[in-house]
Amino acid sequence: MWPQQFDYQRADSVESALAAIGDNGKFLAGGHSLLPAMKLRLSTPDQLVDISRIDALRGISSNGNLSIGGAATHAEIAASAAVGAACPALAQACGMVGDQAVRNFGTLGGNIAHADPASDPPTALVACGATIHIQGADGSRSVGAQDFFVDLFETDLQDGELITSISLPDCSDCQCAYVKLPHPASRYAIVGVAVCLKMNGGTCAQADVAVGGATVKAVKCAGAAAALVGSSLDDAALAAAAAALSDDIGDWLTGDVAYPEAYRSAMAGVFLKRAISAASS
Amino acid sequence: MNVSMTINGEAVSREVEARTLLVHFIREDLDLTGTKIGCDTSQCGACTIHVNGKIAKACTLLAAQADGADITTIEGLAENGEHHPMQTAFWENHGLQCGYCTPGMIMASAAFVRDNPGASEDEIRHYLEGNICRCTGYHNIVKAVKQVADAAAGGA
Amino acid sequence: MSTRIFGSGIKRREDPRLITGEARYTDDIKLQGALHMAVVRSPYAHARIVSIDASAAADLPGVRAIFTGSDIGDLAGLPTAWLIPESDLKTPEHPALASDVVRYVGDGVAIVLADSRYQAQDAADAVLVDYEELPVVVDPHEAAQAGAPQLHADVEGNIAFRWAPFDKDASDAVFAAADVVVSERILQQRLLPTAMEPRAASAQYNAATGELTLWCTSQNPHIHRFIVSAVTGLPENKVRVIAPEVGGGFGSKIPCYPDEALVSWAAMKLGVPIRWAETRSENYLTTIHGRDHVQFVDMAASNDGKILGVRATVYAGMGAYLSTAAPGIPTILHGLLYVGPYTIDNVYCESIGVMTNATPTDAYRGAGRPEATFLLERMMDKVADALDMDPVALRRQNLIPPFADGYDVAAGLTYDSGDYEAAFDKALAMAGYDDFRAQQTQALQEGRYLGIGVTAYTEMCGLGPSQVAGAVGFQGGLWESATVRVTPTGKVQALIGASPHGQGSETTLAQIISSELGFPVDDIEVIHGDTTETPMGWGTYGSRTTPVTGAALAQASRKLKEKARVLAAHLMEANPDDIEYADGSFSVKGSPDQAQSIQDVALMAHLAWNMPEGMDPGFEESQFYDPPNFVYPFGTHIAIVEVDPVTGSIDLQRYIAVDDCGPQINPEIVAGQIHGGVVQGVAQALCEGVIYDDNGQLLTGTMLDYCMPKADMFPNFELGETVTPSPHHPVGVKGVGETGTIASTPTVYNAVLDALSPLGVAQIDMPLTAAKVWQAIQNANGGN
Repeated sequence: MWPQQFDYQRADSVESALAAIGDNGKFLAGGHSLLPAMKLRLSTPDQLVDISRIDALRGISSNGNLSIGGAATHAEIAASAAVGAACPALAQACGMVGDQAVRNFGTLGGNIAHADPASDPPTALVACGATIHIQGADGSRSVGAQDFFVDLFETDLQDGELITSISLPDCSDCQCAYVKLPHPASRYAIVGVAVCLKMNGGTCAQADVAVGGATVKAVKCAGAAAALVGSSLDDAALAAAAAALSDDIGDWLTGDVAYPEAYRSAMAGVFLKRAISAASS
Repeated sequence: MNVSMTINGEAVSREVEARTLLVHFIREDLDLTGTKIGCDTSQCGACTIHVNGKIAKACTLLAAQADGADITTIEGLAENGEHHPMQTAFWENHGLQCGYCTPGMIMASAAFVRDNPGASEDEIRHYLEGNICRCTGYHNIVKAVKQVADAAAGGA
Repeated sequence: MSTRIFGSGIKRREDPRLITGEARYTDDIKLQGALHMAVVRSPYAHARIVSIDASAAADLPGVRAIFTGSDIGDLAGLPTAWLIPESDLKTPEHPALASDVVRYVGDGVAIVLADSRYQAQDAADAVLVDYEELPVVVDPHEAAQAGAPQLHADVEGNIAFRWAPFDKDASDAVFAAADVVVSERILQQRLLPTAMEPRAASAQYNAATGELTLWCTSQNPHIHRFIVSAVTGLPENKVRVIAPEVGGGFGSKIPCYPDEALVSWAAMKLGVPIRWAETRSENYLTTIHGRDHVQFVDMAASNDGKILGVRATVYAGMGAYLSTAAPGIPTILHGLLYVGPYTIDNVYCESIGVMTNATPTDAYRGAGRPEATFLLERMMDKVADALDMDPVALRRQNLIPPFADGYDVAAGLTYDSGDYEAAFDKALAMAGYDDFRAQQTQALQEGRYLGIGVTAYTEMCGLGPSQVAGAVGFQGGLWESATVRVTPTGKVQALIGASPHGQGSETTLAQIISSELGFPVDDIEVIHGDTTETPMGWGTYGSRTTPVTGAALAQASRKLKEKARVLAAHLMEANPDDIEYADGSFSVKGSPDQAQSIQDVALMAHLAWNMPEGMDPGFEESQFYDPPNFVYPFGTHIAIVEVDPVTGSIDLQRYIAVDDCGPQINPEIVAGQIHGGVVQGVAQALCEGVIYDDNGQLLTGTMLDYCMPKADMFPNFELGETVTPSPHHPVGVKGVGETGTIASTPTVYNAVLDALSPLGVAQIDMPLTAAKVWQAIQNANGGN
């Protein structure tokens, strides 16, 4: 299949991109979420503004906080030593998106703007407390990842706004991991779980947990996190966290004929344990 | 709109509709039909090419996005009339049957081994998740890629 | 006969053009001034067409013509070409475009011809069709029940045929008297063949000569010529069908589809070339699907483990129309296989072909035989379980003893040759069966669930004697023909009517000719895929090209060799009886220095300066070969799996395949056929399966949802072979294109169920996805 007709412009700065975008226009970064939708004619913008060559959107910098340009590719993030040190869960998640060819072009900004609930990076971003930096015609603003993802394919991003960067608190003193049960066909997550733990000796001092794939959006799981904090991550705590997790995601749970809700809900608990194990190892 | 790029070492320039997919530009406008189309959804990898040295699925890029890029397709992989080692390995190891996935499979594998000499069989099998073959059961494809990966490690 | 080239795993001569991107598949061929066709397809599985408004579409840029069903009255409907007898077969009309009722999602209602592919699709999207929805049924068992939505007025109850050629009373008596009867409802789910090259067709018509050329993705261009001639009304000698490079078929490129008829018709109507290529999404909607059986199966056994009988009632989903060969698949190619490699004296099959609001089904790799082998092997494990016997011991006890030349079985077939226990033993030794059982017990104590599946199989391929084809209603012959043409300089062109599309037959067949005649294999070209250039043939499917075309080539080569022997004798002034042949050279007995090479003889035959009296000039022979029987390859496959009981995920750890296809001409090509076949069959067990919703919408419409097997799902395969020649074949070979697919599905299924048996799981519908395995475990033990 192939897209309907549209106009194409390439922007060389954020300002020119924002100036160029029209009412039914879309920003094009890697295009690896947008173009498949356009090819199937599920998305029919009449204008694309290509932002992939705007240098300001490209880099990854680590200066206390980690800052990732909206047009940085999954491959760049997965391979970045800075991301690997500061937030391994995000590097792992970006390394699990699609396949190498997809990761070479797909971008983190494009990925989260699309907000596919079964994609991997949103879950890691929510667990790791990322902030999404957005610029629009009226100026810039920042939104926590937890609030950025609103519902199925729905975000806080408004028409004409552009994701300039994603920042993450330095997580080098935490243990974080992202694991998933991939769909055998698409390799999207049937369930994806990210955890970010701070350990004080043998005790969990702080925990953040997020689930995707099983849910219509990446969901922050406060109940599961609370069950972990103060524990030694022993079997009883893990069981309690897994039980709490099903409540955390209950309102957002989704499924289909092949992988029904009950299965995904159960697997969320299983992969929570596996994520904690991966984070701890 | 006009797009210009270098394909297999040759500069090309054409007027296209903005929506023209890179794979159609290569196949229809340039008549380089070695690059194939096997799905609509970026799964199968039959259209895998190199864009600025990185593997890309040409069905999921606009020709416009490749404006100014340096592109290699299967037709440009051989050098000086000699098959690329990955082409030779596929031939020697019976790594193909109907041949339709083969150009993409070879382009992906060539880039992989370039970047990962000495890759293990497991790594090869995992990497090939973006390239689907219906004929070979992958057995001889993996064997071919492993042979080149081993040779690349030995020569490094 | 030189044997060096026969049996050598030489590199394929097909490959240089394929690894460089130089091969030209149908959609790689540009036709000057061609228009592109797009098909407007029904979004509903069952609906009445109220009106079609193409006016807006017609005004779009680049649009040259739009035609609907009412415009194509001079294009006949697509025929069904396997008219199985004594089954009350109904063949509902299948127009190339629906003009009244659409019967599946993807049914064509109009075509658009435009300057570019993109413009054609834009216009197709702009054709407004008003539909009145009708009730839908997609499950073949449901569709056969009273009160189900009806698809065709002339197919009462949706029953297209009811085929049951066996003695029901005898079967009932066996089951009534048996010690043990096991029963199961088996779902052979729908599969998407998914040749990596989607279908494509391009047509060019020359009004001055009245000649139509059709390039299309075909496994059988001569059959396509026959059908295109029939539907367009063009004489067959004015239709040229070219199957250029073809990117896999697996059965899906046997049928003649509406699209091929429509490009032909439009090229004739408009006088310009027409190109069409389906997208993968279209491929999944409109290219035939495979399998789709709901089977109710019973097996009878004695307490001491003798299998006494098997019987099944099969509801076979035909989809919305009867595709070209569809009725023959769940009947002739299925029910006659119920004996397998076992001494089962009583079989019964009632196969009911049912119309449903789904894509038509037809032959998909194995075609009827996988569905038979699966039910046999599944029931063998169930009998073993019921008798508390080792499933390997049960199988061994029931294997047919070795035979070299003919063995009649209860299903009415005569197997050609077999030594089943030899292959069985070899596979078990490779797997280390007894050791595995000990490991399995040990692992279970550690909470790990390992399982093993063992399949013994034989199957019928190398289709087949034409007399049998006629007797079972196949509207064609099943012979092949070939011409071996030697040029004056001693180079060989072999022209064949079959049409290989990935099997490596250009290499394998050249090896046969080389081994028969002594020409170096690199001097032999095998030419196929063009009805004007090649002699008549019925096509490449049913694992028949090496057995049938290979036999034709071997016999044509032998005719040439005999001519060469007589001519060489004449040239050397010797008695033909004194001529010895070795490695492409004819010499006089006792005078080894006096010799004529096959090339020398070919030149002299062409020059014809000095021929024996009565010998014609030239060096070319043709052979029509009609096989006297099918060939019956056989073997044993073994899979070892581990199931993660927490997630339901399955890890295929080992796969052992011992196959016997007679002498192997090119062992590397044989191995490749088995590798690929095994993966297709394993994928049926583990991950592939069409899902329709209740409205007939295809939920597995792209590779995002339909699970194509990927490299990381498999271990390296462990292959072995035994060699039992076919007694009736000139070089003893049997087909091997489908054995992997036929054997592997039950092998892996049984391995998984073996792993799950400690958890009390006895049955799961395929594919064995993690979610279904997990759910079965929950159901079996309440989640504890």
